[in-house]
Amino acid sequence: MNRFFGFVKKEFQHIFRDKRTLLILFGLPIVMIVLFGYVVTTEISDVEVGIWDRSMDQTSIQATQKIFSSGYFVPAGYLEREEEIGELFHSGNAKVVVVFEAGFEKNLKRDNRASIRLITDASDANSAQLAQTYLQGVLMSYFQSINQDVRLPWTVNVESRMYYNEELKGVYMFVPGLMALILMLISALMTSVTITREKEFGTMELLLASPLKPREIILGKVTPYVFLSFVNALTIILLGFLVFKVPVVGSIWLLLLVCMLYITLALSLGVLISTSAKTQQVAMFMSLLGLMLPTILLSGFIFPIDNMPRILQWLTHIMPPRWFIVIVKNIMLKGTGLAHIWKESLILLGMTLFFILAAVKRFNIRLK
Amino acid sequence: MTGANGHIIEVKDLVKKFGSFVANDRLTFHVEKGEIFGFLGANGAGKTTAMRILCGLSYPSSGDIMVAGHDVYNEREKIKRKIGYMSQKFSLYDDLSVSENIRLYAGIYGLGRKQIASREDQLLERLGLTNIRKRLIREIPLGWKQKLAFSVAIFHKPAIVFLDEPTGGVDPITRRQFWEMIHDATLEGITVFVTTHYMDEAEYCDRVSIMVEGRIEALDTPAGLKQSYESKNMNEVFLKLART
Amino acid sequence: MSLILDHIDKSFESVKALNQVSFEVKEGELFGLIGPDGAGKSTLFRIMASLLVPDSGRCSMLAYDVNKDYREVRKIIGYMPGRFSLYMDLSVEENLAFYARVFGTTINENYDLIKDVYEQIAPYKKRLAGKLSGGMKQKLALSCALIHRPRILILDEPTTGVDAVSRREFWEMLKQIQGEGITTVVSTPYMDEAELCDRVALLQKGELLAVSDPSALGDEGEKLLYSLRSAKGVYAYLEQLRQLEECRHAWLFGDELHVTLRSEADAPGVNKVLESWQDESLRWQSIVPGIEDRFMGLLAQEPERLSDQGEEL
Repeated sequence: MNRFFGFVKKEFQHIFRDKRTLLILFGLPIVMIVLFGYVVTTEISDVEVGIWDRSMDQTSIQATQKIFSSGYFVPAGYLEREEEIGELFHSGNAKVVVVFEAGFEKNLKRDNRASIRLITDASDANSAQLAQTYLQGVLMSYFQSINQDVRLPWTVNVESRMYYNEELKGVYMFVPGLMALILMLISALMTSVTITREKEFGTMELLLASPLKPREIILGKVTPYVFLSFVNALTIILLGFLVFKVPVVGSIWLLLLVCMLYITLALSLGVLISTSAKTQQVAMFMSLLGLMLPTILLSGFIFPIDNMPRILQWLTHIMPPRWFIVIVKNIMLKGTGLAHIWKESLILLGMTLFFILAAVKRFNIRLK
Repeated sequence: MTGANGHIIEVKDLVKKFGSFVANDRLTFHVEKGEIFGFLGANGAGKTTAMRILCGLSYPSSGDIMVAGHDVYNEREKIKRKIGYMSQKFSLYDDLSVSENIRLYAGIYGLGRKQIASREDQLLERLGLTNIRKRLIREIPLGWKQKLAFSVAIFHKPAIVFLDEPTGGVDPITRRQFWEMIHDATLEGITVFVTTHYMDEAEYCDRVSIMVEGRIEALDTPAGLKQSYESKNMNEVFLKLART
Repeated sequence: MSLILDHIDKSFESVKALNQVSFEVKEGELFGLIGPDGAGKSTLFRIMASLLVPDSGRCSMLAYDVNKDYREVRKIIGYMPGRFSLYMDLSVEENLAFYARVFGTTINENYDLIKDVYEQIAPYKKRLAGKLSGGMKQKLALSCALIHRPRILILDEPTTGVDAVSRREFWEMLKQIQGEGITTVVSTPYMDEAELCDRVALLQKGELLAVSDPSALGDEGEKLLYSLRSAKGVYAYLEQLRQLEECRHAWLFGDELHVTLRSEADAPGVNKVLESWQDESLRWQSIVPGIEDRFMGLLAQEPERLSDQGEEL
């Protein structure tokens, strides 16, 4: 027994003397609880709503006012033509468009019925659903309240249409997100591990003492993974299309180009990580924790960014996957071209250059 | 504890195979109680394999092996309690202190608290480490580490202590001090089973066996070997035997 | 001069690994760096191989400053690090081909240089390097270091952990390489290998204790070293000798004891004591110090050596 307790004591000593283990043991759960708590929310706030009021009568105007005074929605523009709906969604400036039919009030007074159409950008199915539900709730409660002054109850028909994702298929959302996750993980993880492995095994020592230049070493390490990751990207798109019927509405070439950019970004991140990690274990650790967790939680992959608290929304701005997902969703589901995604692409490009520069700078031409 | 004839280790026709590769080919030898037994051989000759079997760390493929009065097949746990082990590659925990290491191993070998406390003080005194008992192992020089590791290995006064290249890389003075510690241990009745690459250390042994390609090619006192192989020193004996 | 080290200092956190180390290596020399673990050998070698920058001091190789001209230096050295640094998951052949390409040459171009070494492992050329025995790994590493015909060969403890036979073979190969005109700097903890070098530097705890021809180390003038042999075994006499006033040090040395007296005048007194032991087989004679004796003599002069270890801290 004594021997057993002696051993247990030793194990405690190892744990408490290893800062990294302590960080995982205590730090990780705290971070996860806080993050998940804030990120997973079924509340909505500041959802952008466009209004196409074909009637412009007192009821429709008042209904509109009610929408925006509910606190959940903000105005995203007043439309005058059908074409503007697509434009609004493409530019990402609105999540829902409310359409009041022509002669709205007149129909209500005459036939006791009228209809409102809610058209939602369902490229993000979860938040689309939520936004619709809330919107319907606001409208319904408004009409109920005014029903009390009327002899015969008015029936307002709310039709909803989901753009880009008619059946609200979750998988439409997942494919872009998965691409961001898988490409990031494979590229960054693999690169960080392969460079660190040479450090750990001691083979890096011989490489450095040879005429090989640092850029030759880095590029040499990264090149195979460029090809491999590209194959991965293709596979995901293909599988998504063949098995789950996820369409590529926009240009496939643009999509692949953006994928290459993202892959390059992830690879440079991997090299950057490897400059800090001494062992493969640490490299894997940094890649998984430093990349996987934020990609899952803070990129809009699963949890909509719009619903996060301000500070976390702000944080997502520095997450490369967030921009990548926006671009991919735009191309795949909305069919947009470069015109609408140039901003996000530029951001990704900038990040890539930054990581490359940092990685090259930090790569040590000597030991230690 | 010993066999009928004062032998503390008795090995008869020990065979160890890995697939079709025969690492140990019918080894037969014995070790006397209280002697320093040198177990030599080229890399890959099968020394480590045989030693692991004697320590109870792996099973032989066949053969009769008795260690400290116990059979290697059925009584491995009893053997482990009566032996000590030290190797060059690992001996003590880097992130524990001198004192913590001593207490840990003493506890594992079943010593009681009072026993440990008194012996610990004696040991630290003898090695001159009293002032640094709280220092972590990774912060003390190699030579001291090795000497401490040896002391920890015999802390529980085992019947036999197995040493696997204990003096690798240490300076010549520390090496000799280490061997003086080994001698002192035998005075307390501990049998020492040691392997080494330093041929001059082979001379310090009472008897030496030399393994070549899985078999024991020679076993005798150093003086006897030098005579049989007409050599000035053990290095020559080894070169004559091990060179294929 | 092929290699010059000039007052090299290097510290890691609070530990001073090298303290004002200076020496020179002549062209075509087989130069040994002798010292135990922790002496600073690997640190010194890494500085020579341009992998570490000294805190102060300069290292020059041929016409180059190792620090500034590291790109040039990395083309002309053959380096064998202290631990096996080739790719375990590539075969013998693949490793060699890789390094040949990295150095802008082919296996065939300088094959004559590595032939003697490589042919010993050639039968295993398709075997993965990780599955080789210790001795074979060393031979492969040596081949890879020589494949581009370097001007200077830097070998960090190539024979550590290797058995006596492989060690002997390795040094025979080094002698042959020296015959090709390549300057070779080798480190080793084995004193007997030191005897095979043209010149040696003794290193202990970052300090250079001596640099010279192996046979000329230490004080030649004084005949203070004696050896004691006995058919009854010498260990028993160790303590007794140490008790003697006249005896400065006494150490085990294989089947003898090596004893250093305090002065030549003490010899007769010791003789008397030995006679009183009445051991017919006792042999006591003055001997010429070997390299290990000299090293230990130099070590013993270091203050902390003689006193109890605890006091150093």
